[in-house]
Amino acid sequence: MIEVENLSKYYDGFCAVNRIDFSIQKGEIVGLLGPNGAGKTTTLRMLTGYLPPTSGNIKIKDFSIRSDLIAIKHLMGYLPESAPLYRSMLVYDYLEYVARVRGLEDKRRHDRIRELSELCGLREIMHFSIGELSRGLKQRVGLAHAMMSDPEILVLDEPTSGLDPNQIVEIRDIIRHAAKEKTIVLSTHILSEAEATCDRVIIIHRGKIVADDDTQRLMEISGLKHVVTLSLRQASAEAAMDRLKAIDGVLDVQESSQSEDGALDLAVTCREGSDPREAIYHAVKQTDWILIDLHLKTQNLETIFRELTRED
Amino acid sequence: MRPLASIVAKEVKDYFVSPIAYIVISVFLLVTGWIFFTTFFLFNHADMRSFFSLLPMAFSFVIPAVTMRLFSEELSVGSFEVLLTLPVSFSDIVVGKFLAAVLFVAATLAPTLAYPLVISFLGDLDWGPVVGGYAGALLLGAAFSAIGLFASALTRNQIIAFIVGALICFSMTVIDKMLFFFPDSLLGVIAYLGAGTHFDSIAKGVIDSRDILYFASFVFIGLYAATLTLQNRQ
Repeated sequence: MIEVENLSKYYDGFCAVNRIDFSIQKGEIVGLLGPNGAGKTTTLRMLTGYLPPTSGNIKIKDFSIRSDLIAIKHLMGYLPESAPLYRSMLVYDYLEYVARVRGLEDKRRHDRIRELSELCGLREIMHFSIGELSRGLKQRVGLAHAMMSDPEILVLDEPTSGLDPNQIVEIRDIIRHAAKEKTIVLSTHILSEAEATCDRVIIIHRGKIVADDDTQRLMEISGLKHVVTLSLRQASAEAAMDRLKAIDGVLDVQESSQSEDGALDLAVTCREGSDPREAIYHAVKQTDWILIDLHLKTQNLETIFRELTRED
Repeated sequence: MRPLASIVAKEVKDYFVSPIAYIVISVFLLVTGWIFFTTFFLFNHADMRSFFSLLPMAFSFVIPAVTMRLFSEELSVGSFEVLLTLPVSFSDIVVGKFLAAVLFVAATLAPTLAYPLVISFLGDLDWGPVVGGYAGALLLGAAFSAIGLFASALTRNQIIAFIVGALICFSMTVIDKMLFFFPDSLLGVIAYLGAGTHFDSIAKGVIDSRDILYFASFVFIGLYAATLTLQNRQ
């Protein structure tokens, strides 16, 4: 569906995107992840045809961004970061305008605006001017704008940034609803965002791709293991560590910190694929220690992200 | 064609839903109406020559005020990014906004059609120069709109866009009245560049293809420069 080949973008000699390659299949939800200034927005802007690439090419279906720009824009719906829409226009007028520019027929136009107002929850705010709306509502208008012509590809730049938790859930629901028959590329620097919505994650750092894999597989890559943390009362550190190390599947036990209430906090590193929580429970049960906390910590994208984008 | 028409419709509507249209039109009518009619009865001629001779000067300030927001606002809000990722070409955007500005100029001139009607009751009005005057006013308005559009594409600050636009339009208006500053060898060129002479000859009712070509080339240069400026921003 989308082929990016050797794509670069320079701004006055500053290299924002440095020879990146990736391809995206139909129906995938891909998250572009990276710290601020990594080149996510620049990549998306080139993908949508707003910025011409300095070198390299982007192919969407059979169209090349260099020669069939308008055809590509027809295939794509784009929501830039923080939804910069005309502030003085009414929501309805704005959607009507977008529908007209996108060439929707009269009848289809009204149906589509009605559908989108249901989907994005805009019914109550159709007669407000966009400048009066809160960030979350504006973002929803932006999503409706992006989905107007029912495009095959949706490109969303930081769709949930600056929103409160409830608004984030709403926007995510809309995206997930739309995702059923679309290819979606979204950028974010919030890792839980990518974990929650994306099938695949591309991590960009300083204009280069540092990781590109399934979200699941990326979280399981070698070197990153499960860690069980537990807190014990009335236990001595050495005795507890000896006892826990004897359990099958446990690689290492470390005292993580001394908590104020006198409990002993331990971090148990486990072998990949094993979950020794039950065994730990039984081991503790045989003693008179009191188990006050036990949980499994998966190494999440956060760890991988820090690992990959660390400044050396 | 369709996106172009939608852009024109949207921009024209934008003018008239905000107070700017009514303010600009009121100021224009008040100033030109007052200057025109204070001397009209003294001259005691049933013609509109003194009204049309006011227009280049009035337009130098009114039109940049009308066009200043067309791109500057988009650039400062960031909606330009949204606009450019809709399936429209650069020329659709630039021409669309230009046509909207010209329509606005026409709307500004429309109420002044009352003047020739009133004058025709007072005396024997020759309609030829009036029709020529309005045609010339539209051509002049189009040329100034293209320049204002270019000024607006230069900056995200509307005030700077207005000042730059007004500066260029004003220079074009007065340049052929300042010929004594220029060396003899340049006189012909400078006199040709001034908007006043071309406008005056059309306003006399003489439709000369050279004058039309002059305004058409100014429109083209303005729009082309605006397009290049915007493309260069990327």
